[in-house]
Amino acid sequence: MMASSYNAKEEDGHHSGSSSHGGPGAIKSKKPDNTAFKQQRLPAWQPILTAGTVLPAFFVIGLIFIPIGIGLFVTSNNIKEFEIDYTGVEIDSPCYICAKNFSWNSTTSCVCSVNFTLDQPFESNVYMYYGLSNFYQNHRRYVKSRDDSQLNGVESNLKQPSKECEPYRTSDGLPIAPCGAIANSLFNDTLELFHINQNGTKQRVNVTKKGIAWWTDKHVKFRNPGGSSNLSVAFQGTAKPVNWRKAVYDLDPEDPENNGFINEDFIVWMRTAALPTFRKLYRIIQKKPNSTPTLSSGRYVMEITYNYPVLSFDGRKRMILSTISWMGGKNPFLGIAYITVGSICFFLGVVLLVIHHKYDTRTNSAEIPN
Amino acid sequence: MGVDFSALRTLINRYCAGEENWVDSRTVYIGHKEPPPGADAFIQQRFPDNRVVSSKYTFWNFIPKNMFEQFRRVANFYFLIIFLVQLIIDTPTSPVTSGLPLFFVIIVTAIKQGYEDWLRHKADKAVNQCPVSVIQRGKKIKKESFRITVGDVVFVKEDETFACDLILLSSSRDDGTCFVTTASLDGESSHKTYYAVQDTKAFRTEEEVDSIHATIECEQPQPDLYKFVGRINIYMDNEAVARPLGSENVLLRGATLKNTEFIYAVAIYTGMETKMALNYQSKSQKRSAVEKSMNSYLVVYLCILISKALINTVLKYIWQADPNKDEPWYNERTEAQRQRHILIRAFTDFLAFMVLFNYIIPVSMYVTVEMQKFLGSYFIMWDDDMYDEELGEGAVVNTSDLNEELGQVEYVFTDKTGTLTENNMEFIECCVDGHVYVPDAICNGQVLSGAAAMDMIDTSPGPGGREREELFFRALCLCHTVQVKEEETVDGIKHGIHQGKSASFYISSSPDEVALVEGMKKLGFTYLRLKDGQMEILNREDEIERFELLEVLSFDSVRRRMSVIVRAASGDIFLFCKGADSSILPRVISGKVDEVKARVEHNAVEGLRTLCVAYRPLSPEQHQEVCRLLSGAKLALQDRDKRLSEAYELVEKDLILLGATAVEDRLQEQAADTIESLHKAGMKVWVLTGDKMETAAATCYASRLFRRNTQILELTTKRVEEQNLHDVLFDLSRTVLRHHGSMTRDNCSSLSNDCTDYGLIIDGATLSAVMRPPQEDLNSGSYKEIFLEICRNCSAVLCCRMAPLQKAQIVKMIKASKEHPITLAIGDGANDVSMILEAHVGIGIMGKEGRQAVRNSDYAIPKFKHLKKMLLVHGHYYYIRISELVQYFFYKNVCFIFPQFLYQFFCGFSQQPLYDTAYLTLYNISFTSLPILVYSLMEQHINMDILKKDPSLYKDVAKNSLLRWPTFIYWTVLGVYNAIVMFFGTYFLFDNTTFTSNGQMFGNWTFGTLVFTVLVFTVTFKLVLDTHYWTWINHFVIWGSLVFFVLFSLLWGGIIWPFLNYQRMYYVFMQMLSSGPAWLSIILLITASLLPDVVKKVIWRALWPTITERIQRFRAMKRFERAPASPCSDSLLDGVALTEA
Repeated sequence: MMASSYNAKEEDGHHSGSSSHGGPGAIKSKKPDNTAFKQQRLPAWQPILTAGTVLPAFFVIGLIFIPIGIGLFVTSNNIKEFEIDYTGVEIDSPCYICAKNFSWNSTTSCVCSVNFTLDQPFESNVYMYYGLSNFYQNHRRYVKSRDDSQLNGVESNLKQPSKECEPYRTSDGLPIAPCGAIANSLFNDTLELFHINQNGTKQRVNVTKKGIAWWTDKHVKFRNPGGSSNLSVAFQGTAKPVNWRKAVYDLDPEDPENNGFINEDFIVWMRTAALPTFRKLYRIIQKKPNSTPTLSSGRYVMEITYNYPVLSFDGRKRMILSTISWMGGKNPFLGIAYITVGSICFFLGVVLLVIHHKYDTRTNSAEIPN
Repeated sequence: MGVDFSALRTLINRYCAGEENWVDSRTVYIGHKEPPPGADAFIQQRFPDNRVVSSKYTFWNFIPKNMFEQFRRVANFYFLIIFLVQLIIDTPTSPVTSGLPLFFVIIVTAIKQGYEDWLRHKADKAVNQCPVSVIQRGKKIKKESFRITVGDVVFVKEDETFACDLILLSSSRDDGTCFVTTASLDGESSHKTYYAVQDTKAFRTEEEVDSIHATIECEQPQPDLYKFVGRINIYMDNEAVARPLGSENVLLRGATLKNTEFIYAVAIYTGMETKMALNYQSKSQKRSAVEKSMNSYLVVYLCILISKALINTVLKYIWQADPNKDEPWYNERTEAQRQRHILIRAFTDFLAFMVLFNYIIPVSMYVTVEMQKFLGSYFIMWDDDMYDEELGEGAVVNTSDLNEELGQVEYVFTDKTGTLTENNMEFIECCVDGHVYVPDAICNGQVLSGAAAMDMIDTSPGPGGREREELFFRALCLCHTVQVKEEETVDGIKHGIHQGKSASFYISSSPDEVALVEGMKKLGFTYLRLKDGQMEILNREDEIERFELLEVLSFDSVRRRMSVIVRAASGDIFLFCKGADSSILPRVISGKVDEVKARVEHNAVEGLRTLCVAYRPLSPEQHQEVCRLLSGAKLALQDRDKRLSEAYELVEKDLILLGATAVEDRLQEQAADTIESLHKAGMKVWVLTGDKMETAAATCYASRLFRRNTQILELTTKRVEEQNLHDVLFDLSRTVLRHHGSMTRDNCSSLSNDCTDYGLIIDGATLSAVMRPPQEDLNSGSYKEIFLEICRNCSAVLCCRMAPLQKAQIVKMIKASKEHPITLAIGDGANDVSMILEAHVGIGIMGKEGRQAVRNSDYAIPKFKHLKKMLLVHGHYYYIRISELVQYFFYKNVCFIFPQFLYQFFCGFSQQPLYDTAYLTLYNISFTSLPILVYSLMEQHINMDILKKDPSLYKDVAKNSLLRWPTFIYWTVLGVYNAIVMFFGTYFLFDNTTFTSNGQMFGNWTFGTLVFTVLVFTVTFKLVLDTHYWTWINHFVIWGSLVFFVLFSLLWGGIIWPFLNYQRMYYVFMQMLSSGPAWLSIILLITASLLPDVVKKVIWRALWPTITERIQRFRAMKRFERAPASPCSDSLLDGVALTEA
């Protein structure tokens, strides 16, 4: 769009060339330099927006946007998504008892199972999310209640967490690691998926927990303190967050690369959501090497270790299974928006065409002084 | 001198208007000698020393005082409050975001002011320590200037500047005079003569001066430069002689001694009490209409801001009523927060919302506007078209605050002499008793005997006529205050003048007088010099005639005449008087009044400046009487001016008319063209002049202010004498209104010549009658209204016979009329200063009458014709530029802040900022500031040649049309629309789903960054759409700041910043860019945001085009036709038509 021609006025070129180099040591005169810049005569491109010139752009935008919109819409519609609410608000819901009897002090976990049926098979990788509603992760008090330096493994902050973490900064005189409200409220339900075979046996669906957090977060932003491979030593002298059932170095005892601050579930949680209804990536179900669908249609059961209370603030908990395309999950908005804007542009193009023919030609011929 | 005199005249005028008040007096003992016993009691008064302090600050008080002054500005204070709130309470954004820009601005201003003050300190020091010779005990002693005390006798050499206000005691010249130039005081470069006290002028050595025993009584210092009253008591042989002292005896600090070897003088006012120091005061600041609009917008935005904060606070507490929402288990308050009282919490919440939304009123707008004005004014100074080769000077900008006001002018008040005309006086003719004499064009000093007469009455003057003729010439040679500037020795002078080669030349404060004396030279009578009170004239026979100068009744603008009383060698005493016909003719008792009057009127119609000359022979008895009258008046300490003018009135009577002179003042080049352009641009041009009506009217016709078909309405003394004022006014208004009713203004405005337009002529006397405050009789109070009504319907008004203060009164009256039009006053002389200061925009012409007008003006131009470019091009451009600047600034901050407001509804009204701190801080400072600054410096919506050629384009921006409320609301609504599109577009994109191809989720910072990216691009592209003039600088800055934004974001998110205690932006921007839908939605949202504005623009342009737009289109078409193969590509985003420049 910048490629249009520049066309300096001939006289400007001459002037600016000749007088601006008029002897540097010459007598200082008050006469202003006759440069194109100082005389406000720099060569310039002088576009104007008129119906005639904007017309093609509108049609082009229309013609580009509508196909993009259709493409996006179709892509979005092809994505399969399954969502199930397991909060346990209604009496007949399987987790009602767990939800009802929740207590912070109970040492045993409440387990409930939710059955569901997939009508269609899910091809390719399937992403398993948990979703929370009415949970204000974007509340200011909540958002800032963390210590990024501590999470980055800085020793001093491990022992002296930032003031921002209040009131989740210390517990019984010991600094909390990881401190702050976000870490304290880490989502700790366990969701396990079983496929119910034809014969009624449950078969665990294999999931991976790698790759659910941003690579940069896991490898740069979040670091465990100390060089020692033994995390319990590194975290010595710190307390676990008050609402946690286990210490930070016990988040994933099996895999040292997924333990402590670099536990991916933890990292995912620490990225605060933008809106009060949000979902977070929980597990990935890798597609199978053979051509069988990742999740074939049929009956499934989800076993939930119900640890996370949401009823007190009217929250909801969901589990979502979704396939992903290049444009992410199911979201018809972008496609519809593109189609709408494209159509509006096209329509306006037509309107402008009419205006252009009726009025612009008239003004062209109209008398203009000089 | 480091002192600025720009404000000099303000005070002068103020004091001129008031009565002379001799508040209090002081007694000065010359040489600190006690008066002899028996005189008044000796009371040593205390006076300050001669130290002048022009600096504002000292080393110690600089910081507090400067800070105080800066924070007195409302905007700065507002930002300081915001900053303090951020420091004190727990607010969503760090204090850095508002503190950094604020303190940058404050520190830069402080450094600038500190530097200026340091320069002033240096200048003060130089002035205060400059050595001065003081006489003590009969010896010259060098003292530092600041040690001079009142009563010291000071010795000053030629070309030295006076260190304090002095009374001249004696000078090296025998006649006790000295010449002084007050160029640095009031800009008048001509030499003025000052007189020593007659009784002391003989004391010319140190010893002699030291022996003077006298006291001076004078008023306490007053700022009026031209008034002084005092009395000197000289004790000689124990006998006191009292002499009057006037302003002609006072040498003011700052003036320079010229053409005089040395003088002795006594200090009367020192240091800060000198008249110069008293006049040192800054000019009252003028504010432009744009600034006023800006301030009212500001108030609107402040209201929006407060209501936003209030709404959010109220909603927050409604929302929080449920404790589970207020404090869910996952997000508890600290104990301290819980303890706080609910009202305090609510109040801090309110403040926090204020802080969160405070960016809607950005610090940077003030900085940008200031920079735009300051930098923009350079284009005026640099303008080659406004450079005058002859003067070697271009336009001068004294105040850059008013650039845009130049584009809003509705009334132009112009002076005539020196502004419309060259003020280059040329003697054209004189008329003695009806015989006309014209000096030969190629005069070589030869006598032109009355032969050149070309009069129709009778050509051969009789023998009596011959005598009268010579008396007339002598009168003109004697009746003036011209000085001869001597370049060579005494012998050389005579020679030089006689030869007509000016080895010496005439100097006077009035160019008319010089023209007359030079004209006389051509007619055979050469004025040589004034020596020992003798005026020497070389007559036609090459003989020197001597006249003793007895009295000078100097010129003033009220009397409009001056006289001299001389004693010829024969012993006869004459009073010669010259002045305006209106002030001479009523005092004439004999002479050929009718012939002269006819000739004067004839000349006046030709546009010549005429003066009448008369004389009165005085018998010795009469002379005695006159002397008594004058000296009585002069000695008076109180009401001296009044008594003097009364005395003059008595003396200048029973005159015998000799004849009249005519002097031509040529019109300035292109004056007519300029006036015509101003008319076409919809401005009303008023000429305010002190000249007589006929002369002025002729000039007005010549300058096409009145055209042939202009119907002239007269409101003059003559007519008012016939009818009474009341009837005349109603008559005129009826005439005008009938016309007005019959056809609408629009039909007959601009170009059509068939309709009559009206021109009004009013003179000073009638004007003051009109302006007189209402009296009890019926509706005289409405005279002013009727007069204004008439004026409103006249395209041109000529006010003649105006006193300087009346000029200002007229300007004030128009300013205060109900439309509050923007006025511009242009003039070149000291008499225009009052109106220049009064008008919204004051323009000084660098003319011949000194530089006071230039110093007091807001802008100064070399010639009247430059006004055209100044208003039509620069004014128009600056108005367009600054109005876009102001509107755009508010717009972009609405776009910026409104999403934050919307976000509060989704984050539990917790004041969570949408954008990262860095973005909040830098948005106005670096991402979006430079493009608009460059736009506001470079934009040219139409080529300047067209603006000049078609003045009617000026009407398109008249009456602040681009900053009216509808425009403002449009911009605000557009901003809100964009904000909604950006916020909800992003909202729906984020809504409970992912838009990455690896299933990972984005958080709130990505949300904000996406909105912010769309925001930066949208507001920049909005400017792209508005830019009509794309130089490489625009390209560089616009695309450059977008690139800068991207690079900054990459860098900001690319590193774990060690000094930050949060890393929330880490890789957010890059992660966002790695997602396809993010790109698509950025493009979509930008397009959707810009779409309505483009459509509005295009449709408005097609359906309701302004003249400007028509011409733009027409130009584009023409260019298109010339280059048919013009590339017309279009872009995805804006669809700007590409047409080559």
